[in-house]
Amino acid sequence: MAAGSVLHMVIVGAEDVPLFEADLSSKSTDAGAREERPQYLYHFVLHAALDAVEEQEWHSNAMHLGVVDRFNNLQVSAFTTAAHVRFLLLHDGRSDDLVKSFFRDVYELYLRVMLNPFHTATTKIATPLFHQKVRQLARNYFR
Amino acid sequence: MFQSRGSAGIVDKPFRQGRQEISLSSFAYLFSELVQYCQSRVSNISELERKLDEVGFGVGLRLLEVLCYRERGQRRETRLLDMLKFIHSTLWRYLFGRQARDLEQSNSAEDEYMISDTDLFVTKYVSVPREMGHLNPAAFVAGVVRGALDGAGFPARVTAHYVPVAGQPRPKTVILMKFSASVMQREQRMPGG
Repeated sequence: MAAGSVLHMVIVGAEDVPLFEADLSSKSTDAGAREERPQYLYHFVLHAALDAVEEQEWHSNAMHLGVVDRFNNLQVSAFTTAAHVRFLLLHDGRSDDLVKSFFRDVYELYLRVMLNPFHTATTKIATPLFHQKVRQLARNYFR
Repeated sequence: MFQSRGSAGIVDKPFRQGRQEISLSSFAYLFSELVQYCQSRVSNISELERKLDEVGFGVGLRLLEVLCYRERGQRRETRLLDMLKFIHSTLWRYLFGRQARDLEQSNSAEDEYMISDTDLFVTKYVSVPREMGHLNPAAFVAGVVRGALDGAGFPARVTAHYVPVAGQPRPKTVILMKFSASVMQREQRMPGG
């Protein structure tokens, strides 16, 4: 558990609309600590990483893009689906294999949600079960 | 929210292949109701085609994701030709059980491609009255193709046309795809293009 406690995930849909956002770090249950952590910095870094993702996603056929951007000690890993929905994970040095498996599992969850015919390319994912499962996956892989 | 066994919700549904075939009559019935529904809400032919196209768009988007997950081993397409091959084989096989007859590039324009096929069962039980002229209910299929292309980052104008074939009683259906300029520019910039 030497790696730090930064773990922020965002799912970005078409036209760069965020569909889902979660703070998955181990300290997220501590109510007081949330205010202190630089939430806006994470949003900024993730948003800026979108450009890097867009560049890289046309160079490879794979869905997992690895680490696409860095900021100080933070890294952004990305995963693009066939319909160009991006999963971004802001972390500080987790193993790439773990991130890859994590993305794969979130991808399967996401597929089930997006098959809903009432879901458009810009509908936010609001199912509480989805949030719950993603947190559970993060706990399994990163703790 | 109706929740039966424990906390089964949308994310718990099984995602296996399942039975891929349904009866033609049930599909034809559903499709005819769909066309009638659209017809009651539009005032001319092109709007009717557009509504069918919109319905197909949502289907195409979802099929793109699902087929890439199931059949393509989670690899995506970044090149135009690969994407066309995906539509011509994988998508067509999922929808119609076989590959499309032809995939060709138009002689007159660089950015136009055509997929042609005969006897799409989608239009099997549809008869177009004379006053509707050149309406093609395969606009639904064109919408599916457009959804898949658009989702993968290859926006295009996709339309369905009937083209008479010499020596055959029924015309073949041609899905014409005209890609936008940004797609062609990106294709040229990419290595090996």
